[in-house]
Amino acid sequence: MNPTVTRAGDPLPGGPPYDVAVVGAGVVGTAIARELARHRLRTALVEASDDIGNGTSKANTAILHTGFDAVPGSLEARLVREGQRRLTAYAAGTGIPVERVGALLVAWDEEQLAALPALLAKAERNGYHAARLLDAQETAAREPHLGPGALGALEIPDEAVVCPWTPPLAFATQAVRAGVHLHLDCPVRHLAYDDGVHTLTTGRGPLRARLLINAAGLHADEIDRKLGHDTFTVTPRRGQLIVFDKLARDLVRHILLPVPTAAGKGVLVAPTVFGNVLLGPTAEELDDKTATGSTAEGLALLREKGRRILPRLLDEEVTAVYAGLRAATGHEDYRIRAVPEQRYIAVGGIRSTGLTASMAIAAHVTSLLPRAGLDPGEPAELPPLTMPSLGERDDRPYLRADLIARDPAYGTVVCHCERVTAGEIRDALHSTLPPATAGGLARRTRAGNGRCQGFHCGAAIRARVEEARP
Amino acid sequence: MTRRERTVDVLVVGAGPAGLGAAAGLAASGVRRVEVLERDRDPGGIPRHCHHDGFGTRRTTGGLTGPAYARRCAAAAEAAGATLRTGITATGWAGPRTLDTTGPDGLERITARAVVLATGARERPRSARLVPGTRPAGVYTTGELQQAVHLHHQHIGTRAVIVGDEPVSLAAAETLRTAGVRVVARITGLPPEPCAALRPRDRAPLLTRTTVTALTGRPRLTGVAVRHEDGRTTTLPCDTVVFTGDWIPDHELARRGGVVLDPGTRGPAHDAAYRTGANGVFAVGSLLHGGESAETATAEGRAVTAPVLRHLTTGAWPAGRPALAVTEPLQWVAPNLVGPDGEPLPGRLTLRTGRRLTAPLLVVRQDGAVLHRGRLPRTLRPGSSFRLPAGWLVRADRQGGTVQITVG
Ligand SMILES: Cc1cc2nc3c(=O)[nH]c(=O)nc-3n(C[C@H](O)[C@H](O)[C@H](O)COP(=O)(O)OP(=O)(O)OC[C@H]3O[C@@H](n4cnc5c(N)ncnc54)[C@H](O)[C@@H]3O)c2cc1C
Ligand SMILES: Cc1cc2nc3c(=O)[nH]c(=O)nc-3n(C[C@H](O)[C@H](O)[C@H](O)COP(=O)(O)OP(=O)(O)OC[C@H]3O[C@@H](n4cnc5c(N)ncnc54)[C@H](O)[C@@H]3O)c2cc1C
Repeated sequence: MNPTVTRAGDPLPGGPPYDVAVVGAGVVGTAIARELARHRLRTALVEASDDIGNGTSKANTAILHTGFDAVPGSLEARLVREGQRRLTAYAAGTGIPVERVGALLVAWDEEQLAALPALLAKAERNGYHAARLLDAQETAAREPHLGPGALGALEIPDEAVVCPWTPPLAFATQAVRAGVHLHLDCPVRHLAYDDGVHTLTTGRGPLRARLLINAAGLHADEIDRKLGHDTFTVTPRRGQLIVFDKLARDLVRHILLPVPTAAGKGVLVAPTVFGNVLLGPTAEELDDKTATGSTAEGLALLREKGRRILPRLLDEEVTAVYAGLRAATGHEDYRIRAVPEQRYIAVGGIRSTGLTASMAIAAHVTSLLPRAGLDPGEPAELPPLTMPSLGERDDRPYLRADLIARDPAYGTVVCHCERVTAGEIRDALHSTLPPATAGGLARRTRAGNGRCQGFHCGAAIRARVEEARP
Repeated sequence: MTRRERTVDVLVVGAGPAGLGAAAGLAASGVRRVEVLERDRDPGGIPRHCHHDGFGTRRTTGGLTGPAYARRCAAAAEAAGATLRTGITATGWAGPRTLDTTGPDGLERITARAVVLATGARERPRSARLVPGTRPAGVYTTGELQQAVHLHHQHIGTRAVIVGDEPVSLAAAETLRTAGVRVVARITGLPPEPCAALRPRDRAPLLTRTTVTALTGRPRLTGVAVRHEDGRTTTLPCDTVVFTGDWIPDHELARRGGVVLDPGTRGPAHDAAYRTGANGVFAVGSLLHGGESAETATAEGRAVTAPVLRHLTTGAWPAGRPALAVTEPLQWVAPNLVGPDGEPLPGRLTLRTGRRLTAPLLVVRQDGAVLHRGRLPRTLRPGSSFRLPAGWLVRADRQGGTVQITVG
């Protein structure tokens, strides 16, 4: 079957209404679309941007959480726990890089030290039993470059880091290959529900569906309101992050979490699967859903915190700075509910754990379909998928004699900092879901994401993206 | 993993002016197997995309464009008998003088009797300068801009702001003009130069004592927000911004090989014979300091010939050399290690200041003793280096502590 992916300028397909329309192709929407693709349903995934995973899903901390610190008994706690298991297994099957580095919640003062046993107990209540307390000496031995003054830590050995970009890409790829229609550049502006059919007025014309799933992330409240509800309001909570050079990677072994306080979860230091080190995020309540910029104050705060946690980190070069917006709703849980009388499911408030929970959210949403008036029938297995390996721990193509012997393009390095080859760039540009921009290519290959930020390869990479554009 | 294992006499990493200069010198002095690895498709390094004059001195080349200079450097190395291999990246180390490589013909593991690192330098990009704001399109370094304009003929924009006041900022301005982009301002945090009035008329206004506080716009740049020293803030409307200068050596390969860096230059610490802290590993060119002329890089490459020959003959390598270091406002000094007894000393040092200094008094101390105290009867400007005669180094204790250069 030829995948159906439409973009700006393409007409939307006519014909009978879709069985389901999913609004929003972030990690949550794509996971849902993939789950729906297992059923005999005509599904449309409708996305405002020119790429999947281009909202909050591209700008997070990329931690695969255990859920040890979730609110016990909440839906989020359950879906994070289940999502971690699902995504870990899925990642292993598709080649999405995951590194189980473990986390240390480091106590820097007596008050924080005193809080650790309660966090251990909370982990137990969340069904997580492998956490344990470390004294100051053990903590220092585990993390030799930690700043002075760490009094102890809670170790959570199963916290892992994951590639943030490949999961939504893998979900969407499997979904469209299995027949889901993906409509990019297709913002949903108005909604009308009449006679069992939703009419979505999009920037590219009308689109009809018998059931609507709202996975619009930061804008999920607006979609909700368009259907006459007033159940939640999304208040963006910005998180700024600094990515340090790969030469900093040896400074840190675990995800170094702060002890959460009333003021929030705090700033962490974490390795990435690409071999960098992340410092962040900030937590700033805003009212602008587009405010994904960084600020001088935010960066200064991060550097101050980072200096305390891992002093030598600050001597290393910075590779990138970015910011993401969490979809906070002032409610300490996800907002997922089915509205049978409107054949509508809202998936809101997927705040700071959505990457981890994505596959469990998708399964949960699918389980709500009958209640929303749709019997999806029996699920089928999807054909397996292998994603290009982006992890620094994997044997990337530039290190593979077999690949290069078959195709010298895998021996031609184009992005030198990240060692991305012409072969990988070509493959991404001709994949099921080719990127429209250099940014999209970077999320698929890492090209251009390195320390030089394009000094050496930026123009060459843009040239390849432009050449591939139809 | 299947790697072809090979040996050579000298392996040079990087075919910029420095690496090519080293290869030419070594091959001409009779070293048999001199091999240069270059990851780019073409040799020549940065000058490949500097389509403007200013390469080589009038005396040595008559003044050339970058590409012509790059071709001349490559031709000289090949004529001398060096092997130039392009499209090959040195990806890491498998031993003290053994490098792993990737190229379209496969993977290799090359062992050499001496390694010369000449991997160059880059301009710090916007992110590394921690300039806040959005992440729009239209943000360049001069290196990327030149490749976009001269190698790929890409559309750039209409109005540009240039950040930085080093000589390379003028190259950025020229490239922008070639691309039909109006330069609305150049920005520097530094105070004005006294003779700024003599700047050619056609240059865009230079805003001194000004810092960039944010970039605005999405998906395309719409402006550069700046703050002047008196606290006033403005946003300069533009669709293009070029971050120039502020060099950082491409030191990754060096560091991965255990080569110790100098804290000032962030390039390999080295002595007057271009020897790093790793036995048999030499370093030349921008990798040592960034921001010098191509001719300096070529000269350093040529100058490494004798020390490499000596090493190939004797196998000797010094250990535990005292460091040369600077304090603020000085930024770095090169070379920054003092060779052991019996080794030649650098006749002069190259230094940079972060602040304008008029006839500064320079004081050099080692372990409390003053080695030198003297005024340099010149005006020293940030953004370009100055030389300091170093005859006083004969008084340094070559087993002693760090030799510290301060402004008195
Ligand atoms: C700083 C930060 C750190 C985080 N760290 C982690 C972490 O370590 N681990 C973890 O598991 N999670 C983490 N998260 C959370 C995670 O990133 C989010 O929960 C997740 O990305 C939410 O995905 P989503 O699909 O709901 O939203 P989004 O990715 O925002 O997707 C929503 C999509 O809907 C589209 N859309 C919106 N309105 C419309 C419309 N009207 N019409 C069409 N399309 C529309 C948008 O364009 C967007 O693509 C973090 C979040 C942030 C901000
Ligand atoms: C925009 C700009 C304008 C300039 N204008 C002038 C001017 O007008 N006049 C002037 O004299 N100077 C100018 N310069 C400075 C001049 O370009 C440098 O001094 C000179 O290029 C330094 O030479 P180099 O050999 O040390 O490094 P480079 O020229 O940077 O060469 C380093 C080479 O090493 C290669 N390399 C790096 N890592 C590896 C690896 N792992 N494996 C294989 N190969 C590798 C790189 O691809 C590159 O080709 C300018 C510089 C810039 C950026």
